[in-house]
Amino acid sequence: MDVSIFDLTKTFGKVRANEQIRLHFAAGQIHGVLGENGAGKSTLMKLLAGFLRPDAGEIWLDGQPVKLLNPAIALRVGIGMVAQEPLVIPAFTALENFYCASPASAMPNLASARQRLLNYAEQFGFTIQPDLPVANLTVGQRQQLEILRLLALGAKLLILDEPTTGISALQKKALFEALRKLAAEGKTILFVSHKLEEVAEICTTVSILRAGRVAGEGQMIMPQPQDHLLSLMFGQEIQTKNPSLPQKSETSSAQSVWKLDSVTLREGSRSLPNLNLDIPAGTILGLAGLEGEGQQLFLRLLAGRLRPKTGQFWLKDVEMTNSAPKAFREAGIHYVPADRLAEGLVGKFSLVEHLSLLSKMPGLLINLRSAQAQAGAAIATYAIKAAPTTPLAALSGGNQQRAMLALIPAHCTGLLFDQPTRGLDILSARAVWQQLLARKAAGTAIVFASVDLDELLKYSDSILVFHGGRVSKALDRTDLSATQLAELIGGVGFVAGE
Amino acid sequence: MQKMRFSSLAVQNFLLTTAGTLFFTTLILLISGISPLAVYQLLFFGAFSSPSKIADLLMLAAPLLLCAAGLTLTFAAGLYNLGIEGQLTLGAIFAMLPLRLWPDLPPPLLWVLAFLAGALGGSLWAASTASLKIYAQVNEIFAGLGMNFLAMGIALYLVFGPWQRIGTASMSGTEPLPNELWLPTLPNLRLAPLAPLLALSALGIVWFLLAHTKWGISVRATGLNPIAAENLGVPTNLRLFETLFGCGILAGIAGAIQILGVFHGLIPNVSSGIGLLALLIVLLVQAQPTWLLPIVLLFASFAIGSVQLPLALNVDSNISGVLQGSLVLFALMARGIQERRQKKH
Amino acid sequence: MNLDQFWVDLAAVLASASPLILATLGETITERAGVINLSLDGTMLLAAMVGFAVGFQSQNVGLGLLAAALVGGFIGLILGFLSLSLRQSQTAVGFVLALLCTDLSSFLGNAYVRVPGVAVPSMPIPFLKDLPILGKLFFHHDLIVYSSFILTPALSWFLFQTRNGLILRALGEQPTAAFARGINVIQYRYFYTILGGMLVGLAGAAYSLDLKQGWSHRHIAGMGWIALAIVIFGAWQPWRVAFGCYLFSALQVLASRSQSLWPSVPTQVFQVAPFALMLGFLVLVNLSNKPPSTPREAQISLRWLSLAKLMLLMQGLLHSLAASPPAALGKPFYNDEP
Repeated sequence: MDVSIFDLTKTFGKVRANEQIRLHFAAGQIHGVLGENGAGKSTLMKLLAGFLRPDAGEIWLDGQPVKLLNPAIALRVGIGMVAQEPLVIPAFTALENFYCASPASAMPNLASARQRLLNYAEQFGFTIQPDLPVANLTVGQRQQLEILRLLALGAKLLILDEPTTGISALQKKALFEALRKLAAEGKTILFVSHKLEEVAEICTTVSILRAGRVAGEGQMIMPQPQDHLLSLMFGQEIQTKNPSLPQKSETSSAQSVWKLDSVTLREGSRSLPNLNLDIPAGTILGLAGLEGEGQQLFLRLLAGRLRPKTGQFWLKDVEMTNSAPKAFREAGIHYVPADRLAEGLVGKFSLVEHLSLLSKMPGLLINLRSAQAQAGAAIATYAIKAAPTTPLAALSGGNQQRAMLALIPAHCTGLLFDQPTRGLDILSARAVWQQLLARKAAGTAIVFASVDLDELLKYSDSILVFHGGRVSKALDRTDLSATQLAELIGGVGFVAGE
Repeated sequence: MQKMRFSSLAVQNFLLTTAGTLFFTTLILLISGISPLAVYQLLFFGAFSSPSKIADLLMLAAPLLLCAAGLTLTFAAGLYNLGIEGQLTLGAIFAMLPLRLWPDLPPPLLWVLAFLAGALGGSLWAASTASLKIYAQVNEIFAGLGMNFLAMGIALYLVFGPWQRIGTASMSGTEPLPNELWLPTLPNLRLAPLAPLLALSALGIVWFLLAHTKWGISVRATGLNPIAAENLGVPTNLRLFETLFGCGILAGIAGAIQILGVFHGLIPNVSSGIGLLALLIVLLVQAQPTWLLPIVLLFASFAIGSVQLPLALNVDSNISGVLQGSLVLFALMARGIQERRQKKH
Repeated sequence: MNLDQFWVDLAAVLASASPLILATLGETITERAGVINLSLDGTMLLAAMVGFAVGFQSQNVGLGLLAAALVGGFIGLILGFLSLSLRQSQTAVGFVLALLCTDLSSFLGNAYVRVPGVAVPSMPIPFLKDLPILGKLFFHHDLIVYSSFILTPALSWFLFQTRNGLILRALGEQPTAAFARGINVIQYRYFYTILGGMLVGLAGAAYSLDLKQGWSHRHIAGMGWIALAIVIFGAWQPWRVAFGCYLFSALQVLASRSQSLWPSVPTQVFQVAPFALMLGFLVLVNLSNKPPSTPREAQISLRWLSLAKLMLLMQGLLHSLAASPPAALGKPFYNDEP
């Protein structure tokens, strides 16, 4: 399907998410759409898939203008989107997900739906068990299921929003093969990403969005020089240098912050066996692995929110095996969850209110003046774009993450981060890491979980790989290459620690 | 500029709410073939027509304000404490205990004991709801309802069983307390000044706690985002327990006022729906302590004004409940319309 | 107690549960779509009053039932407008509606208090009614009771076997996913809120035109709240919800039978007891649902279990009752945000 976009504009309040976008996507090709987070990629894709309605502009399919008022219409004309977090219904089985809300013409009943699902899966080499609850599937499998569902509905334009986030190396390989095959069949594929190398690997053309507009000369034929693409994505701001690789740290003499002796974890059906580990002060430990392999269990153990099933556990040489979360906070351990607004911050509270809440000053009353002073200082130190009394929900992701950091005392013993830069643009992510590296230098032990290999390799001193309910031994960063790490995450050459 | 826009929005909101409510209640009255004007006159002004009416108004407003203040705490923590009716009832039952056990003690001491016992009863009941919520994950609405039924069962048992009036057991309650145990009133009025004083101090305390203490801000954090609050180091379950407990204390004191100052004995329906009415009020003001007092007085005046309706106009007094309920409903509607408009701009 | 009496009581349990079954299954439909209609107590009272009044004025039971259903549907529409379109809290709106409708029913229903009116006629089913035992139990009722028998399997079939049932469940589980599949979430939620409300309205009329055959102030107050609790007790599964209704009904019959056993306890207490007991059952179900998260808590709840000998027997049953609510229950759905 041939897709043309004319002057598409969409605003949210004062934010111009898309402004006069003009692009053309030819049939039978894979088109890359690049841009940093917040550049307007997701909005554009949602407009194409009928999730949002444009304020102005037109979309033409095969030379005909269409009004995509809702996803139902978009699906009917052959547009399907796989969201970054595939929009599946976790309580349903794979088959029910596949069948749900499909038109009767495509699948008259559950039995025929099952047949179609199996046929399509075989065609693309995906392995999906129809009767397994989707809650038990990995992100990659859910994505595969969504692709098959959209194809079964007759999608001729397939939109994939950041499809390689959170999937394994093997799944990525299968995905790319499937996409090439679909393009060869004449389908139009939009591949939305912020990863240059992936776009370079698979796309025929590339278009770059920056601040809601198409950057540069418009759509370009791949390959393009990386520097050119980077400068289009980030404008002039890219000049900041990459932080250099961490030095092989000489921490053997440093005091250990966390020490685990034969610790076993269990929560519901998830468990992690036999952890022996020593995390010294002033080091960064990265937790690698697909999402949901137990990294969160591990982080919560270190934060004192999950007690070991067996084994012993010390914090700075004090046994904390059965201590309450409060004791961990008092010992200077801080935990920052992945979803800031859902779990980390009170959206309706401002910085002042958060600082009043966290105040360690004696007395029962709120000291407003001191909280205001602290908020002012935090805004200056962390370059947060907000007033002291702005509700944090009104801030951008990067500012929220900086606010989160500002809430953690400067000199703390240990920091636990789940996906520290998820949803942040590159510059915000760098700002966050600069803060973290400064804290590391001041002697804080940092443990973070990430699905971003670059981030893991760039900042960790050592890395734990989580795979299939087991954990590797701590691997020295300097001994690891990107390929090795990717393979370990996928289970190739994975050996559990003793 | 910002301020002007805010106030014009508030005026719009107010007008929409009032117009909607009056339209609806007038419609209901006309359907029933009743002339609305006479009814409104009694409803709106009846409570202020004589000193004795004003006294009644204050004696209703006092327990109502106590409950509303308590519910402001639980609402700030994100709880719908529907169990307040039971908490009030248990407060009333417990307040009866010292009065029945040691009727010969000096009255002032007995009053103190009765208020303390009432607070104990209400908070015990609230603590049970809190435990069910925290340890058995029963939604506080249903835990509270269960405790309400249980409280009603106990009150019925006492009124018709061991505490029944000599000779006859009836819904009109236990043997009235001896006159000297009644809370002292102003001459010739049913107004016991202690009751509104207690209620006002409760309101002051709740306002101060929520607005100015670290505990208060942690309660609000718990109500707005319990997971984040927990991650920021707030013991959220403890906060849920504490706010329910505090609400139970205030509801229990309200129950004691019902015994000592209003009914002068235990009746099965000792709560008279005051707890639910208070919940309605808290929904209307969205747990902002500053607006609590005027709205409590307004709602109480409707209720007192409506008492005269059956005799004066042969109109059912439940119209005051219709007025109160539709007021809150239209306020929610006005708020929703406003939020929708703001979103569009 | 002789055996005949037992069968008579059992038939009474089946019949007296019928309004509750209509109400709880109506609420199950609404909650499965992700909306909590907390107004049940008021809606049932208002619908009972209006149904009775319309039946009385027209001398036509059918019109009365229809009017009651329309009242229930209309309350559902108001709840939908305020919570789905204007995005106010479902809990708040439902609660206000519960109180408002209760007062409305009392105010408007004054003229009909304890007035003899029309009633749903009894309709024994030919031939089947003569079956031994079964005839008495199942085929000596009226249309309302029969429809309560049919509704449970029908809803179960709809939810779990049909295309539309799958969509209904998706609305409550993951509305964003339903939206992405081309479903108009808000419109569908309106529909199921109104449909559920209509069943709740019918339930009200089932009291005033059938089970209680008459209207008086607040005579079924509390039933709506119990219905809401039974939906949770029944874990949003039609069969378990129906079981909850029969359990409550049985408790009521038991309570009235036990009055003679404890003459010292006032009769009023027996009227309240089933309500408190039913909520007690809800607590037990929840306790057994909860995975013990720390060893200490496990010990505590185990001690509780051994304290109540019955629990050990019921534990298996309760575990089979364990289920979680629709994941998006009570949560608003927006599709116009970045």
